[in-house]
Amino acid sequence: MTDVTNTPTMQGEAELGDYFALMKPRVMQLVVFTALVGMLAAPTSVHPVIGFASILFIAIGAGASGALNMWWDADIDAVMRRTAKRPIPAGKVAPGEALALGVALSGLAVMMLGLAANLLAAAMLAFTIFFYAVIYSMWLKRATPQNIVIGGAAGAFPPVIGWIVATGSFSVEAWLMFALIFMWTPPHFWALALFMKSDYDDAKVPMLTVTHGRPATRRHILAYTVLLALLAVGTAFTAIGGWIYLVTALVLNALFLLGAWRIWQRDEATAEADSYLVERKFFRLSLFYLFLHFGAILVEASLRPWGLGGW
Amino acid sequence: MALRKEHEIHGRRRGLNVGVGLMLGAFVILVMVLTFVKITDTDFTRAPGTANPAPSAEATD
Repeated sequence: MTDVTNTPTMQGEAELGDYFALMKPRVMQLVVFTALVGMLAAPTSVHPVIGFASILFIAIGAGASGALNMWWDADIDAVMRRTAKRPIPAGKVAPGEALALGVALSGLAVMMLGLAANLLAAAMLAFTIFFYAVIYSMWLKRATPQNIVIGGAAGAFPPVIGWIVATGSFSVEAWLMFALIFMWTPPHFWALALFMKSDYDDAKVPMLTVTHGRPATRRHILAYTVLLALLAVGTAFTAIGGWIYLVTALVLNALFLLGAWRIWQRDEATAEADSYLVERKFFRLSLFYLFLHFGAILVEASLRPWGLGGW
Repeated sequence: MALRKEHEIHGRRRGLNVGVGLMLGAFVILVMVLTFVKITDTDFTRAPGTANPAPSAEATD
């Protein structure tokens, strides 16, 4: 017997925008920005054309992994309020088209990055796509409450790839940028899971809120935020840091810690009463948090040629 | 007056075709520019994998 539950029905032909939506443009923005910062913070300069092409191919690779993720997760996307309007559950794009687009663009992006920059950068991009599409989407997401923790690595690779585009090798600074995104991802998504309420329960995704309960999720947010703050402030004293980054990190991490502390102190009744105001604020702050940290690294790198950035 | 009324689906299809065409055109131009940069930036006088040759004694004088 065929299960027709949540099987998307096609509604006419897709527009260009629907295919673009498959590539998760908001995630691509983060990828482009962090990869650009990774590339510009590196001690070696890159020809502007090679730099532009490399960032473009990294973005296409990220978009391709987004399309593969949407292909694989179409069933749970249809159940969750937040994702029900995505092109596949909305019936605008057929699952097979998303798969074809994801595979084709992955191959194109990896091959072109190898030609434009270097083979190590291309290999890292291929690994990132594999990590996001296979390790996270196909395996971890539905298997363990640590899905977000380990899967967060996929979103953390772009600055490392950007650094490799410039230098052709790994370095401690690149891995610090990786660690910043890696440690930021769990509190960011757990805050979202707290106020999205039943979304993950309905989709049977084993988020921490579902498997360990909401009080445990609140404790985890605080613990990860403390570790993140230590890492973020510590990065100020490395080669990619400086006064501007230090001040930015101190202010943002004080605010982030305060938010995490307030989340930890609340119970569900209090949160329900004000429609998860504190959790929503924390989630919004988390978006600025990452953008401003990487922005500060970029400012430090931009000032360095004039002898102003860094220590 | 047009002989046939254009269906909404034709407009949508044209938008998709034009969009894909423009992207392919941009991709071709990017590959051309990238090739030009790679060729002009590469020192073909030296064997692959070797370091820059040491400056000769005359050049340093």
